[in-house]
Amino acid sequence: MKKGRLKQILLITDGCSNQGEDPSAIAALAREQGVAVNVIGVVSEDQTMDGGIQEVEDIALAGGGISQIVHIQQLSQTVQMVTRQAMTQTIQGVINQELQQILGDSQSMDDLSPEKRGPVMDVVDELSETVNLEVCILVDTSASMEKKLPTVHEALLDLSISFNSRMGSNQFCLYAFPGKHKPTDQLLSWTPQIDSISHAFSKLASRGITPTGPALKGALKSFDKRLRRDLATYGEAAIEDATD
Amino acid sequence: MAKQLSKTQPIRFMPGSIIVGKWHQKHYQIIRPLGYGARGTVFLAYGEHGRVALKFGFDNAGVISEVNVLNKFSKVQGESLGPSLYDVDDWVTKQKVYAFYAMEYIHGLPLLECIRVRGFEWMPIFVLQLLKDLGRLHEAGWVFGDLKPDNLVVTSSPLQIRWLDVGGTTQIGRSIKEYTEFFDRGYWGFGIRKAEPSYDLFAVAMIFVNAADGCRIEKGQDSPKAKLIRYIQSHQKLAPYADVIVQALHGEFSTAEQMRKVLLEKIDETPSRVQRISKDRVAKRKSKRKVEWKGALLLVSVVLLVYTLYVALFIM
Repeated sequence: MKKGRLKQILLITDGCSNQGEDPSAIAALAREQGVAVNVIGVVSEDQTMDGGIQEVEDIALAGGGISQIVHIQQLSQTVQMVTRQAMTQTIQGVINQELQQILGDSQSMDDLSPEKRGPVMDVVDELSETVNLEVCILVDTSASMEKKLPTVHEALLDLSISFNSRMGSNQFCLYAFPGKHKPTDQLLSWTPQIDSISHAFSKLASRGITPTGPALKGALKSFDKRLRRDLATYGEAAIEDATD
Repeated sequence: MAKQLSKTQPIRFMPGSIIVGKWHQKHYQIIRPLGYGARGTVFLAYGEHGRVALKFGFDNAGVISEVNVLNKFSKVQGESLGPSLYDVDDWVTKQKVYAFYAMEYIHGLPLLECIRVRGFEWMPIFVLQLLKDLGRLHEAGWVFGDLKPDNLVVTSSPLQIRWLDVGGTTQIGRSIKEYTEFFDRGYWGFGIRKAEPSYDLFAVAMIFVNAADGCRIEKGQDSPKAKLIRYIQSHQKLAPYADVIVQALHGEFSTAEQMRKVLLEKIDETPSRVQRISKDRVAKRKSKRKVEWKGALLLVSVVLLVYTLYVALFIM
């Protein structure tokens, strides 16, 4: 397999959506377009998100990604872990497809003996180190998130450190929702480095509504702009042959 | 991460449970859990090699990744650096298939506990030992990655520091997969998370800092780097080694051997001080024991007195 590119949306939120389309449906749509949707639900010490947890898990499940509920203090490490795990999961998915084509039936990695699994996993690790990564980060900035935003900011800078330590290249973009006039506003267009978002974050006014579905849709469109530049796509999988 | 609220619960076994591998049919009897980590759970068990450590990961891919590392690692080992790998297999339950591996059980005292018992004067010596092993690992093209006290034990006779969990070991030039914030240079703003010898040497410096008080200082909001360095320079136990520690934090050593050499020189410069501290400590311990003994004697005599009074007043 050639060096490819891997696409993810990372949604950071603390509650239920209350406006617009069903976020899980949009996540399923993203998955169809080769974009994995990961969701991190953030709670603070004095707060629970009973209803929100189910939604967080549903969105990630529909979006072929990973979900995690964490306390705000643990956000930095979680963001890094979730993004990395989702990357491995997508690559494994592709490898499993290939294995099925070669070995037939419903053979997947787990059906191989541990001895044979080793070399396959080596390839997965190699790919997750070298694959080019595109992450569209979507941050919930509704009223209840206001106090958590400095920590979110720190976690995103930390994510940038982690991913720029990889051998593959990275592109990030940043959206916040709800937007001023639209469901979501772009704070940062595609860039290899997240370091210029402090001013963007300070401008945010937190608003009451949480249009998670429409916001996801907006984030998904951000890949379109890049997609047009790509000529080849790798089947239905999330990895495409890089043309640049 | 202790406080995660996710659905992925760590696997649990009752002591005495028997685990049989799907592929190799080897039997293991669980004795007790040894530790719950960010990437899996380790149990002490009886196997055909006697006592072994069994590691179950949260995701099977992670387990295989670690096994790959251990396999390559064993080719590096002259004297064993980390635990030896015995077996890799799957444990099939009704709900799920868990990949696991069996490795050598290294019996020893956790590093920080050992320092608490033996005194801080042992710390530079353990660091020298650690640096020697790291040097060999780096030369073979690997970086330890998630280096922290929890991954280090001290085995006895002679006292020797050993590595417990080498799952985070990464090829030089790749990115660090697994880290613990306090010991991570990216977290403190001292550099990126690329696997290179200086990444491990930063962690060694932070282990030194951690061992001085047995606790981890807070990062805080403003200028954490300057705060950390001030803390090291003003700390009574760390001050003699402050230069080496700070140099390691800044990534000024490109090999473990360089750091080891400078540390060795520092230790040679400050022998009398170390000795004095140790004598003070022993004296303090003795006097403390004496005080405790006196206290017990006093208590006994008071009880006797009260009892005599009681007998005298009410019974007679």
